Amino acid sequence: MTDTEAAAIAPRKAGLGGQRVALGTRVYIYSSLIIVAAIVIVPLLATALGGFKTLGDLRGNAFGLPTDWQWSNYGDIILSQRYWLQMGNSMIIALASVFLTVMLSAMAAFTFAHVKFFGSGFLLNYFLMGLMFPAATAILPLFIRIRDLGLLDTYWGVILPQVAFHLGMSILLFRNYFRGLPEELFDAAFVDGAGYLRFFWSITLPLSRPIIATVGIISFVASWNSYIIPLIMLNSESKYPWPLGIMVYRGEFSTDWQLILAFITLTILPTIIVFFAAQKHIIAGLTAGAVK
Amino acid sequence: MSQTDSMAAKKPLGGLLSLLTRRHRTKIRGKLPVIILFLPPALILFTVFVILPIGEAAWYSFYDWNGYGLPTEWVALRNYQLIFRNGAFLQALINNGLIIAVSILIQVPLALWLATLVVRRVRGAVAFRLLFFLPYVLADVAAGLIWRFVYDGQFGLVAAVFNALNMESPFWLADKGAAMVCVLAVVVWKYFGFHMMLFVAGLQAIDKEVLEAADIDGATGWQKFRRVTLPLLGSTVRLSVFFAVIGSLQLFDMIMPLTGGGPFNATQTMVTFLYSFGVMRMNVGFGSAVGVVLFVICVSLAFSYKRVFMKND
Repeated sequence: MTDTEAAAIAPRKAGLGGQRVALGTRVYIYSSLIIVAAIVIVPLLATALGGFKTLGDLRGNAFGLPTDWQWSNYGDIILSQRYWLQMGNSMIIALASVFLTVMLSAMAAFTFAHVKFFGSGFLLNYFLMGLMFPAATAILPLFIRIRDLGLLDTYWGVILPQVAFHLGMSILLFRNYFRGLPEELFDAAFVDGAGYLRFFWSITLPLSRPIIATVGIISFVASWNSYIIPLIMLNSESKYPWPLGIMVYRGEFSTDWQLILAFITLTILPTIIVFFAAQKHIIAGLTAGAVK
Repeated sequence: MSQTDSMAAKKPLGGLLSLLTRRHRTKIRGKLPVIILFLPPALILFTVFVILPIGEAAWYSFYDWNGYGLPTEWVALRNYQLIFRNGAFLQALINNGLIIAVSILIQVPLALWLATLVVRRVRGAVAFRLLFFLPYVLADVAAGLIWRFVYDGQFGLVAAVFNALNMESPFWLADKGAAMVCVLAVVVWKYFGFHMMLFVAGLQAIDKEVLEAADIDGATGWQKFRRVTLPLLGSTVRLSVFFAVIGSLQLFDMIMPLTGGGPFNATQTMVTFLYSFGVMRMNVGFGSAVGVVLFVICVSLAFSYKRVFMKND
């Protein structure tokens, strides 16, 4: 009763500050959140700190701060060629995948959204079949196809299959967005004498920045983190993206956990920085892909 | 941009214009070029790298083939018989089932519970949301390696805890009985944040007035959740479970650095099985048959789930 009265008397305050939360409830909320947060963050912090330790220190003192900060663990990796090579490989593959995914799926989705032609519904469903199974199901025939095309151990051998497997979801997202654009734009443009091509370039694409960002983020994150396709298509270490490189590194320094931890930290650092810098867009992008 | 401005000015005429143009749409310039230019790149890429490989997997699965030359050694259904007689594959099936069960029974409820906490307007709620979502953004490979360190019986966090208690530290990942439980814990750690975000979006879409009405009627917190929030979240729950199931079936990247499917195949999933027994040994026929089985499971689960649970969403 008192709650609703207070809300009726001070609606502005309620609107700004939200419902008042009782002290007991607050204790329950915060203690739950802090416990879960600890479970999330302790492994990550221990990894980052472990990179500063000596192996002996790690053994006796896995949780605590390093007794003696070994900056050289990180320094050697930062100055090594392999770290930058892997990051560069991942970046090339991810950027090319994003560009191709966005271009190809926007074009196809535009056709599905605006052009009426025989078989359009059937073709759309054809693309949507790609949503139902992972690349792993066809990984061996995919390997043989890439080999026969002479693309084994090239960036293209990774990029093309990745783009192909992203097309279904991306076309769906683009098409839904394009159909939501006001119909009047379309009509007016055609009365003005614009054709489809003109309409696509000068009106649809400039208005589609949010969905381009969404599709771009989804395919960038997927490509940046992808493991199975590069694992199967690439042979030479000089072309390895970082998830493969990190596994090789682990193989080489199998018991030197402090070095492996420093390497893990440095490879996930870009992801963490970008995530916190652009969190709103990334969370919206990755969940929008699921919801829409 | 000036073009869109000029069109905005014509907006009131839109209704009339659309009447006029809808009839003429077939005559709009450039329809054929669009179909010819815009569709084929995606269509070809998709056909060559998604659809054909699945068809080829079905074809290869009837042969004994090492991948060189053409498949000639027809073995009919033997590859499929071998798969279902293979103990490691049956273990993989059980494990995939376990992952699905844990995702639905533990991860989704946990995510929903946390969503109801972080959706409240308490200080720091947004920061907690961010933090909980972070593991989802990290690569599976990195997560797998980090947890391999955590579980390490010599240098890891588990070892530190056991040493602090003056107990001998276990090597869980090398223990047939414990390894799969460890994998399941990492799966929940890695993915609960994604499901939580889905629920946060779902909760924010619920009309506050409905909950206020329940308040006025004197409903308790649990009653509000059980009778108002949960029914209104139905479509989000169904979606979340759908993603949990589909994601569980594909699990591979995280297993490889964590256990590699071992010890003694105790943590194989269907995809790690395909990799170790099909790809590594270049057993194209056998591996393709595994792929086909995985394909059939994925597609039939996705189809029947959508039919049964998501037909109104």
